[in-house]
Amino acid sequence: MALTAMSIYKNLPKTNCKDCGFPTCMAFAMQVAAKQKELTACPHLSEQAKGEFSEASAPPMKLVRVGGAGAEGFEIGQETVMFRHEEKFHHAPAIAVKIAAALSDGDAAARLDAINKAQWVRVGQQLGVRAAALELDGLPADKAAARAKALAASSRVPFILMAKDAGVMGAAVGAIAGKRPLIYQASATNADAFIKLALGHKCPLAITADSLESLADLAKTAKDRGVSDLVLSLDAKNPAKTLRQLAIARRAALKKSFRALGFPAMVDASLDNPARETVMASAFAAKYAGIVIVNGLEASELLPILTTIQNVYTDPQVPNIVETKLYEIGSTTPDSPVLFTTNFSLTYFCVAGEVERSKIPAFICVVDSGGLGVLNAYAGDKISPEKVVKTLEAQKVPDRVKHRRLIIPGLLPSFRSEIEETSVWKQVLIGPENASGIPAFLKQHGKQ
Amino acid sequence: MQIVDVKEKWINRINTVTIGATRAEGGTRARTVTVGGETTLPLLTFEGEIPNPPVVAGLVVDVVPPDWPDALKKAIGPEINSPTEWAQKAVKQFGADLICLKLLGPDPLGKNLPADHAAKTVKALLEAVDVPLIIWGCGDLEKDNVVLPEVSQAARGENCLIGPATEKNYRTLAAIGKADKHKLIGEAPVDINIAKQINILLQDAGFDIKDVVMCQVTAALGYGFDYVYTIFERVRIAGLKGDKHMALPQIANVGWETWKVKEAIADEDVLPGWDRLDKRGPRWEATTAGGYIQAGADILTLAHPESIAITKQTISELMKGDQ
Ligand code: SF4
Repeated sequence: MALTAMSIYKNLPKTNCKDCGFPTCMAFAMQVAAKQKELTACPHLSEQAKGEFSEASAPPMKLVRVGGAGAEGFEIGQETVMFRHEEKFHHAPAIAVKIAAALSDGDAAARLDAINKAQWVRVGQQLGVRAAALELDGLPADKAAARAKALAASSRVPFILMAKDAGVMGAAVGAIAGKRPLIYQASATNADAFIKLALGHKCPLAITADSLESLADLAKTAKDRGVSDLVLSLDAKNPAKTLRQLAIARRAALKKSFRALGFPAMVDASLDNPARETVMASAFAAKYAGIVIVNGLEASELLPILTTIQNVYTDPQVPNIVETKLYEIGSTTPDSPVLFTTNFSLTYFCVAGEVERSKIPAFICVVDSGGLGVLNAYAGDKISPEKVVKTLEAQKVPDRVKHRRLIIPGLLPSFRSEIEETSVWKQVLIGPENASGIPAFLKQHGKQ
Repeated sequence: MQIVDVKEKWINRINTVTIGATRAEGGTRARTVTVGGETTLPLLTFEGEIPNPPVVAGLVVDVVPPDWPDALKKAIGPEINSPTEWAQKAVKQFGADLICLKLLGPDPLGKNLPADHAAKTVKALLEAVDVPLIIWGCGDLEKDNVVLPEVSQAARGENCLIGPATEKNYRTLAAIGKADKHKLIGEAPVDINIAKQINILLQDAGFDIKDVVMCQVTAALGYGFDYVYTIFERVRIAGLKGDKHMALPQIANVGWETWKVKEAIADEDVLPGWDRLDKRGPRWEATTAGGYIQAGADILTLAHPESIAITKQTISELMKGDQ
């Protein structure tokens, strides 16, 4: 819950000793309330005040790390809003792909290899599977441990260890505890043993129950026993109900400071029908799971989910821009065509993608339009023939090509005459209005 | 432990809009389609009701779009060359709830077909299928101003949903909507303020906005989807909070927009490692539709039979209660 400066001040020593770097305790309290300073910057807090504060000032949804430090793991949780336009969504959900227990060692290794390779670059960002969900039930404990160990040794991503049996789970967690796998999952029947495992191995723990009420109880039990890296786990038997539960848990945590549900959530969305799985997993990722488990490992199954995450977790307050520079697509030569576009990343990546698709190497000069697309930039006076010509010069494009042909966006036909009259670019070609027309256009006009 | 009560109190109901007219109502449709009427956000039936599930409009184009990939054309079948046969197949085999006819033929940058050609297509379609019809202009507003009035007259009394009405042509659309008794699509260029403004303009032009469905120039997944998704959410929240100019059902033209983007039209030779297009394309379309349903879409247009089927299934699953 957000603390007011006054409620913080009440619990400070009120000595104005300045050790925190602020002239008065009140000034310090205001900084803490504004989340500019950590309360611990005051060295004179009483133990009692510390206890009260740490509970009250903790974020309403816990941040949970799965896997090792840095790129070897990922963080989920600590979300602050229900809708991205209210601020932004902070920690993009991880997609985890299942490795079935019934697979042979060789097949399991092959599947992990495919998970390692399940990465793509889309509009300049790396997208990919971010966890392996290793099913262990049915394997003897020593076999489970050996498999976890062998696979973890060659894995790019952290593990979710899936088992109901505490003996099997204990052996597997023990084998890779240093990699901080997510223990999946404590339920009414095995909670005691699984909480012990999470505590003993310092690993995050997924918890599940047949209602949100019992889930909150289990979360409280785990927390009271010292395990606070928890993930609320739901199944996808009734996706509508699950989506409602995800919304209720998030609202309870964020809007009502309901601590027992103040944890990130996850959904096992693995379904037999791949298309259905893709659509439902995307829905869970958009609202509001931190981890989504799937079966599908084909690009056509994963890319729609990953792109949904990419879009929904885009910060709506930050203009999406690319660097204003000269981009070279393919192996360009001094004869390659030159196009210009704006620095709105979506515009740029659409143009770049289509140029790539044409298989005709080309230069793309990106002009600073303040992060606006072509039409909006033109309407808002953010782009002009003069600016285009100056940018081309600044990027030394006339030195890079022998010709003086410039392809301009089809939405800016009026730029043609001014550019031709005022610059070295004597042959201005009006390109297509839609990026999708670029390949055909380049095939016709791009070559000498 | 008892979970804290998280229910929001919404104070307004989203308008209901009925498309199509039966014989008794002055048209020739066998059934009508009603959308809207929500008193809560998508899915959140614990604090309001969703009386009408979202519907799927099978996309039919009067001329085969030149950029559509073979995989899509093949999935639709040879009927793609005849709007009437295509529409019949979309209803009978694909399971579309209604038909959305996109009039690409009149586009001056394409075939530049005359208005009476479009009117004939509409008439033929109304005879070929008995579900309600959405009619979507080519987007060239000057041409639409010529074509849509003729089309509207050809479908007089059928209570079609016609658009797009934009800031520039809303007067024409308001006039034909009133004269021929149709519903209208108000379309804004990914701008929530303009979206509201269009509704106000239509109202000022004497058209009842209870007969309007909003559209935000749909973005396909990966191509500005985040902007449009957020506008859908903001419009719905504003409507439920009492803004009468935002309390309108929303349409997402998913089919038309999806089959332009690289992920839905480029095969593995262009996108190595991105899997076969015949699998990727329909999933791109269905996932885009699923996203908009979560954000507040009431009508989805879809082209590929597989994504129509998945989306119908998605809708029925998302409309389920907790049991
Ligand atoms: S260090 Fe603590 S006691 Fe000293 S001025 Fe700052 S807040 Fe007050």
